[in-house]
Amino acid sequence: MTTGNQPILSVRNLTTCFRTDRGVVTAIDDVNFDLRPGETLGIVGESGCGKTVTSKSIMRLLPERTSFIKPGSRILFRDGDRETNIADADPATMRRIRGAKIAMIFQEPMTSLNPVFTIGWQIDEALKYHTDLDRRARRARAIEMLKLVEIPNPERRFHEYPHQLSGGMRQRVMIAIALCCEPAILIADEPTTALDVTIQAQILQLMENLKRKLGTAIMLITHNLGVVAQVCDRVLVMYAGRVIESAPVRDLFHSPRHPYTKALLESIPKTGKKEHGKRLPTIEGIVPSLFDLPPGCRFRERCAYAQPRCGKEEPALVPCGDAREVRCHFPLQSPASLTVGASA
Amino acid sequence: MTTMPAQPTTNGAAAPAAPRPGEPLLEVTNLVKHFPVRGGVFNRVVGRVHAVNGVSLTVSRGEILGVVGESGCGKSTLGKLVIRLIEPTSGSIKFAGREITGLGHAEMMPFRRKMQIVFQDPYSSLNPRMTVRAMLREAMLFHGVVEKSAVDDRIDQIIQTVGLRPDAAAKFPHEFSGGQRQRLGIARALALKPEFIVADEPVSALDVSIQAQVLNLMMGLKEEFGLTLLFISHDLKVVEHFCDRVMVMYLGFVVEEIACDRLHNDDNSIGALHPYSQALLGANPIDDPDDRRPLTVLQGDVPSPYDLPRGCPFAGRCPKVMDRCRQEMPPLVERPSPAGGPPHRVACWVV
Repeated sequence: MTTGNQPILSVRNLTTCFRTDRGVVTAIDDVNFDLRPGETLGIVGESGCGKTVTSKSIMRLLPERTSFIKPGSRILFRDGDRETNIADADPATMRRIRGAKIAMIFQEPMTSLNPVFTIGWQIDEALKYHTDLDRRARRARAIEMLKLVEIPNPERRFHEYPHQLSGGMRQRVMIAIALCCEPAILIADEPTTALDVTIQAQILQLMENLKRKLGTAIMLITHNLGVVAQVCDRVLVMYAGRVIESAPVRDLFHSPRHPYTKALLESIPKTGKKEHGKRLPTIEGIVPSLFDLPPGCRFRERCAYAQPRCGKEEPALVPCGDAREVRCHFPLQSPASLTVGASA
Repeated sequence: MTTMPAQPTTNGAAAPAAPRPGEPLLEVTNLVKHFPVRGGVFNRVVGRVHAVNGVSLTVSRGEILGVVGESGCGKSTLGKLVIRLIEPTSGSIKFAGREITGLGHAEMMPFRRKMQIVFQDPYSSLNPRMTVRAMLREAMLFHGVVEKSAVDDRIDQIIQTVGLRPDAAAKFPHEFSGGQRQRLGIARALALKPEFIVADEPVSALDVSIQAQVLNLMMGLKEEFGLTLLFISHDLKVVEHFCDRVMVMYLGFVVEEIACDRLHNDDNSIGALHPYSQALLGANPIDDPDDRRPLTVLQGDVPSPYDLPRGCPFAGRCPKVMDRCRQEMPPLVERPSPAGGPPHRVACWVV
């Protein structure tokens, strides 16, 4: 039951700050994007670029004491006709949304499961809070969920503890907990980063199947561009707390507009013979500290195309072509010089 | 002793093959490492974790040999074994023609200098209370690599070689970013002018752009100093790009040994023969949204190294499994490979 093409989640001017010993630091600055029903949105960027802060802001999981969402930020969640601004929702509203409407899975499945309770208990907990099923119905539902995420012997596993499961199994249990209330949005924060490639393939395939079956919109946070290419519809590239490019996945890989996106794509080792043993193109330097951001464009110091203007004014995120946006004074134009994905 | 049969190999005792470019620097034969598991009231040995089960390998001078496999396949144990950071249960390790297993502390010392290791987590492998200069100086003076008067010059030189700024010498490890710390790890290894470096997942904890910087640095060092590397990684993509040859490990066994430029054929189809190598290659998501393909999905998990299965270790998850696979362990057999090229060995009954 999707309401046309209206975004289910609209993030506008989202700015999240942390209070630290060295003063207030802005971890994500003016983030804007839409998520539509059934869509998989990839958020990519290097560590510290604000991917996780974005997702935790949406879940309102950041510590209240040390962080705050700046007034004026809006995180509009549409549930049927009702629109909620998550950015200033009260705790009671958040409890209704979190877990039930928007669910999240984390990178490290061991630390996000409670070691002293059985996995059955942990799925049951989510159902207890968010549904009015009775005990027996909840148990049936939990076992059904374990089956759905392809855990062998679900009746037996129901009574097992997290330490009895392998890493891949634990991530499946996390997915089962996240999806047991049929959320409209699943936020997956580096769900496969800690897993081996063969297990990663299992989890990605599982998420793809579930998305098709349940129509869940997925926000996939990752630094693995291969994963993005294989499963995402749209991509948001972040750098030092800013969204610097957003585009449909094919456009992004074929003709990145932002020099950072281009450099990021080029720095992945390629499979196949052609590239063997060659030097990889790199991005020299390191990400600037959020405490000490340079004036102008945040990528300027590492950018191969930087011009004097880039050091003076920071570019805005502006539309460029079909359904895409870029934050650059001199966006790249021709895809002709690119080597990425040229093998197709 | 153990009842586990060591994995049979066809090359027998490591015979230095003459026609290869570069003489063999490291020759390992039938290396086995079993970790005892203790339990019960008397803390007796109740079982063994079979971490490395009869691995043989040769690394020639100036070569980069990759070791890949999933977590728990024994690749890190292998890396630590070959430089004797842990003692093997059995097997032979020859470095530059000299057997180094069984050497005493003093006899081992010159080899300690020549064999260095770079760890995955650069932070936990650096002493947080020592400046970079103090750390490098200690190692260099201990091993007597340079004269005391020349140490500082040499330190500055190394820091420059690994691409850090000269003021890095006075800093502490916490003042560096992850990529810079990995450069420090490499600097520390290089300080002793080693001939052989084990790099244990050196780029796994780094972002892609930083990963590319560190890989390029290591490539440059290899060319400049003729370093020989054992490069351990779980990322076949990185290994394919960076290494000359690769050994694919599964559950402590080598299942395939192949030149990296033969992992894929000219038409980009998979050139590796073992079903596990193929699965690893096929499970890697390709960075091309136009080339979306179902990833190769293996069912099940890696069996426990505590109780090894009887036949082929991969039989339980192998899509091509036959009856024989469950009964007998396949030997590592040489396959045809281009003349003059490195050997291609596969342990599989099917292919």
